[in-house]
Amino acid sequence: MNAAGDDVLVRVENLVKYFPVRAGGLIRQTVGQVQAVDDVTLSIPRGKTLGLVGETGCGKSTLARCVAGLIPVTSGRVTFDGQDITNVPRRAMRPVRREIQMIFQDPYSSLNPRRRVGSIIGEPFAIHKIASGTERRRRVQELMERVGLNPEHYNRFPAEFSGGQRQRIGVARALALQPKLIICDEPVSALDVSIQAQVLNMLADLQRDYGLTYLFIAHDLDVVRHVSDSVAVMYLGRICELGPKEPVYGSSRHPYTTALLSAAPAADPDGAASRQRIILAGDVPSPIDPPSGCRFHPRCPKAQPLCSDTEPQLEVKAGDATTHVTACHFPVMAGEDLAAAGRSELS
Amino acid sequence: MAMFGFLVRRILTGIVVIWLVATGAFFLFFARPVDTVARQLAGRAATPQVINTVINNLGLNQPIMVQYWHFLDNLLHGDLGYSYYTQEPVDTMLKQDLPPTLSLVVGGLVLWLVAGLSVGIISATRPRSLFDRSSSVAVLIGLSMPVFVIGELLILVVFVPLNKHGFTWIQTGYAGISQGVVTWAGHMILPWITLASVQAAVYTRLARGQLLDTLGEDYIKTARSKGISERRVIYLHGVRAALTPVVSQLGVDVGQLLGGVIVVEAVFSLGGLGQVSVEAIYTDNLPVIIGFVVVAAAFVVVANIIVDLVYAVLDPRVRIT
Amino acid sequence: MSIGAVMAGAPPETINVQGRSQWHLTWRRLRQDKVAMASLVVILIMVVLALAAPLFVAIVHHPPNVAYPNTGEDVAGNPVGPGTNGFWLGTDGTGRDLFIRILYGARISLFVGFVTTVLGAIAGVTVGLVAGYFGGVVDTILARFIDAVLAFPYIVLALSLAVVVGPSLTVIIAVIAFFSWAAIARIVRGQTLSIKEKEYIEAARSLGAGPFRIMFLDILPNLLAPVLVIATLYIPTAVVFEATLSYLGLGIQPPVASWGNILADAQNFYQQAWWYVVFPAAALLITTLAFNLLGDGIRDAMDPRTERVFAAGQGRRRRAGRNKTGGALDAPNVVPFVPPPGGN
Repeated sequence: MNAAGDDVLVRVENLVKYFPVRAGGLIRQTVGQVQAVDDVTLSIPRGKTLGLVGETGCGKSTLARCVAGLIPVTSGRVTFDGQDITNVPRRAMRPVRREIQMIFQDPYSSLNPRRRVGSIIGEPFAIHKIASGTERRRRVQELMERVGLNPEHYNRFPAEFSGGQRQRIGVARALALQPKLIICDEPVSALDVSIQAQVLNMLADLQRDYGLTYLFIAHDLDVVRHVSDSVAVMYLGRICELGPKEPVYGSSRHPYTTALLSAAPAADPDGAASRQRIILAGDVPSPIDPPSGCRFHPRCPKAQPLCSDTEPQLEVKAGDATTHVTACHFPVMAGEDLAAAGRSELS
Repeated sequence: MAMFGFLVRRILTGIVVIWLVATGAFFLFFARPVDTVARQLAGRAATPQVINTVINNLGLNQPIMVQYWHFLDNLLHGDLGYSYYTQEPVDTMLKQDLPPTLSLVVGGLVLWLVAGLSVGIISATRPRSLFDRSSSVAVLIGLSMPVFVIGELLILVVFVPLNKHGFTWIQTGYAGISQGVVTWAGHMILPWITLASVQAAVYTRLARGQLLDTLGEDYIKTARSKGISERRVIYLHGVRAALTPVVSQLGVDVGQLLGGVIVVEAVFSLGGLGQVSVEAIYTDNLPVIIGFVVVAAAFVVVANIIVDLVYAVLDPRVRIT
Repeated sequence: MSIGAVMAGAPPETINVQGRSQWHLTWRRLRQDKVAMASLVVILIMVVLALAAPLFVAIVHHPPNVAYPNTGEDVAGNPVGPGTNGFWLGTDGTGRDLFIRILYGARISLFVGFVTTVLGAIAGVTVGLVAGYFGGVVDTILARFIDAVLAFPYIVLALSLAVVVGPSLTVIIAVIAFFSWAAIARIVRGQTLSIKEKEYIEAARSLGAGPFRIMFLDILPNLLAPVLVIATLYIPTAVVFEATLSYLGLGIQPPVASWGNILADAQNFYQQAWWYVVFPAAALLITTLAFNLLGDGIRDAMDPRTERVFAAGQGRRRRAGRNKTGGALDAPNVVPFVPPPGGN
């Protein structure tokens, strides 16, 4: 429980992040904005996992970095454990850094190739002056064991480990300071499928043992389903659907979510037969010049003139729980065959 | 139209640079205690009276900004002052000493570009052949040697033996074109080779590397598969792409060329701008030194503008900056 | 890991606890490069000879600045040749022992070469790191400054300084270091700019590491390799700078011996004393050539994929995929050994 009396660890309110596009010769002027994150609101309860899904380029990594305080926010607010951490200067952010850690996507570039593994994992202790010498070594080796690495490999270089092992090193590094929140930016996307399961299980175990909260980013729906308690679907900088995982997966309301789900290989044979591939027309537009109104409307099989006119807000749709919100004027209803609508659109 | 703006901008920048250099040189030499300057000019053994005369004649007592103003004023009128020792106007001196320097630079430039590029191109088209390997050795030696050593060795090994045996075409010292092109060339051939050798080494390596990279590119493979003759492939496509870094290297080299010129002139007693300015250093002949510095800066600026123009012609992307 | 063990299905070793660092691997590759090793030996010999100069003086009894008009000059007042009257390499224009003077000149050259490069490297790395890491205005200013310094003709600066403070060893070192730092800074800046974008730097920031920690503990170790190559290749440039300045009379002043001023005086004796030109020139050439070859060798040892023209004896290294140096890589160690055609 924090000061506000509720159980929310991370709260993101109306977060906006634009990147300026500069061009010109002698004097570089700003000619446009990449609207990477556009008015996102969500929250993550303590000890739970929020899965954030979307295609490449939808802004999820940018959002993660805003939450982690790694890049400055254009507008909006990020609250962590009751404390406002939006655009806080580096010094003030330092104690917060112990509580928020990140695990990165690429096991090959997220570890400094010139440093020994023990030094990499032990760095948090050095930075925050928590432990040194033998004590630090002991704690590092403890962490290595905890993530399934051989502590005798303390003096090895990252190049001597496999991809899955390197991700474990990254996890050990993130755990060192016993953070409250770990932001996982596509941690298994670069791994073989057989290794993915191991790493995901390890993450789940760690969450249980240490009471961790995760913001889990991925583009693979099945992975997200496996680890998350609630799911947010992101498209071109906006959240289109947000809610606990069962309703979102079972009865998705937003056409985009439905299309994504239909494309995923069926992990669940029930309903697979009735599911047809929904093919979306067109490509993902550029975030510099996003479509007006609902950003998905150019590709949406259910689009109406209203969609290009007015932006839909995240609202509870008919028949849904209060925690399940969707931003759509014409949400997909139970029993609706979006695939048919899609086909008729194309024909 | 864009070219015009580009040109104007470059010229303006150039003028600013020349002004900065002149100012820098002026303050470096004259913004010291009056006594020090005067003593330096008057010579180590000067008596106080001589020093005073020097101070008065040169107006060293005036406030530094007044002196600076006079300096700038004169400069804009093309008046670079007078040599302290011979009372010759500096610009006359500089004009007299221009021909040897010019002959040296132009001849050397032609020689090293031709030699460097052709050796580089041939090496690239026959990688790891005997030619390539021997030229690499030559390049390495050329890069390792100081210019004056090459010059001295050339004199020792070419000029001295030839002269001993009565073959006197090759000479040291300078002879103007007015004395006949053959004589002129005979005096200049060794200096040209000297100046060109180090530079040629750089350009050979550059051209070879660039051409090898370019020839490995996909669009070259496409051209070959279209059946275009090998020769056309190399010259039309490959060399053209390889030229741009050569041109930009030229821009950088122009500045460094001054050093080479001074040294070569000293080795072969050509008596050009370089040698005169070094003498001026020995004798603390400040107006001559400043004159040389300003002229050198102007030369570098002009050469850079020309190089930039050529580069912009070769690579249209450059024109907007 | 023998092939027998591999076939028998033995598990790959995991006992070696100490990982092989990049330096280790580079050194092993360098050791196989005959040319580079020979250059290294030559340099070491040079250094030893230079340091032992006073010893040689004791042996031949000819201090460097002492003229011997009787034994060291012939009747016409010209230098005597190598081997005469106890002068191993002959004498110079005033009858001084040429060999000894060359040794003392080596001291100057090597000293200047090393000191200016070290100073330049320290300054250059710092500036390059700061410019590359902080970016923005700081970088723009520093980058322009670096470009300006690199484009500036060094001669003009050397001349100017020689006028204002008079020529000396300190002036030379100052001028050369002034340019070496710029060359190094530019490379370091470029590398820093690209390293800065790597994820592990982002990871360090997310851990709360401050800029200096990141620059010196994370970025710098990744830079040392190129910096070492540049520095080794810059030493001969510094040696040549000094020789040229001394040659022009703007550097070391006679009677102190420097290869530059020896060669300057040698010009007066082309006809009479070829050794006066050849031996100092040879010393210069050998020194610079050795450093250049060593620098090239180090660069190739660090990146085994570089194509080399002198492939003799280096063929082994250019075969991709085979791990000859024994350190474990990502690929499992159980790649079966297949002898290449023609033998190893």
